[in-house]
Amino acid sequence: MIRVQTEDFDIGAEVKALTSGRTDIGALVTFTGLVRDTNGGTVSSMELEHYPGMTEKELVRIEAEANERWPLQASLIIHRVGKLAPGDNIVLVVTASPHRQAAFDAAAFLMDYLKTQAPFWKREETGDKSYWVDARESDGEAAAKWDT
Amino acid sequence: MKLLYFAWVKQKAGIAEEDVTLPGEIRDVSGLISWLKTRGEGYEHAFADLAVIRCAVDQEHGDLDTPVAGAKEIAFFPPVTGG
Repeated sequence: MIRVQTEDFDIGAEVKALTSGRTDIGALVTFTGLVRDTNGGTVSSMELEHYPGMTEKELVRIEAEANERWPLQASLIIHRVGKLAPGDNIVLVVTASPHRQAAFDAAAFLMDYLKTQAPFWKREETGDKSYWVDARESDGEAAAKWDT
Repeated sequence: MKLLYFAWVKQKAGIAEEDVTLPGEIRDVSGLISWLKTRGEGYEHAFADLAVIRCAVDQEHGDLDTPVAGAKEIAFFPPVTGG
């Protein structure tokens, strides 16, 4: 399941909804990405822009690929858009499987792919200035390691 | 054909989206960019460094060689920075 939304998410509630009524799940991994102040206390807010339509398609595609690679029993990606503040949640990835390794690996894969494929762009505001965050080469390398 | 621009590509081009009729000789994304650059300074500025331009044809990632014939929607944007 994937969701793109402006509002915050509640990790506990999402996990509960995913596991409710099930007794077959043995391992559940959650990853939460937060807005980080990269500039020593000067980042006042962050704007998350995205490409409506393509964003959802990409997240569905990435999730389907994770489900092909690992025996997942459930998966969830929530990504926020719009104006966020340092400390706010940006992204939630949840994966569930009978054993832990698949859940750990699939969660890492989902994040690595999301960061290099899903059409989101961050703009940081510091005081009266704002600038687009540059893509990191290390994110590309992290995603590429899943291709081997 | 609908063209969409995101993030700093949108800011530099000075436009978020537009409907265009392409000259018939344009075959791929590379040709489309060359044509856009003749349409004004904003486009020239936005497409000055193609190493940092990404594109999607009908909402799927493409590259400079992706054909544009029959496409309904082409988007240009910087490398993505979500997550």
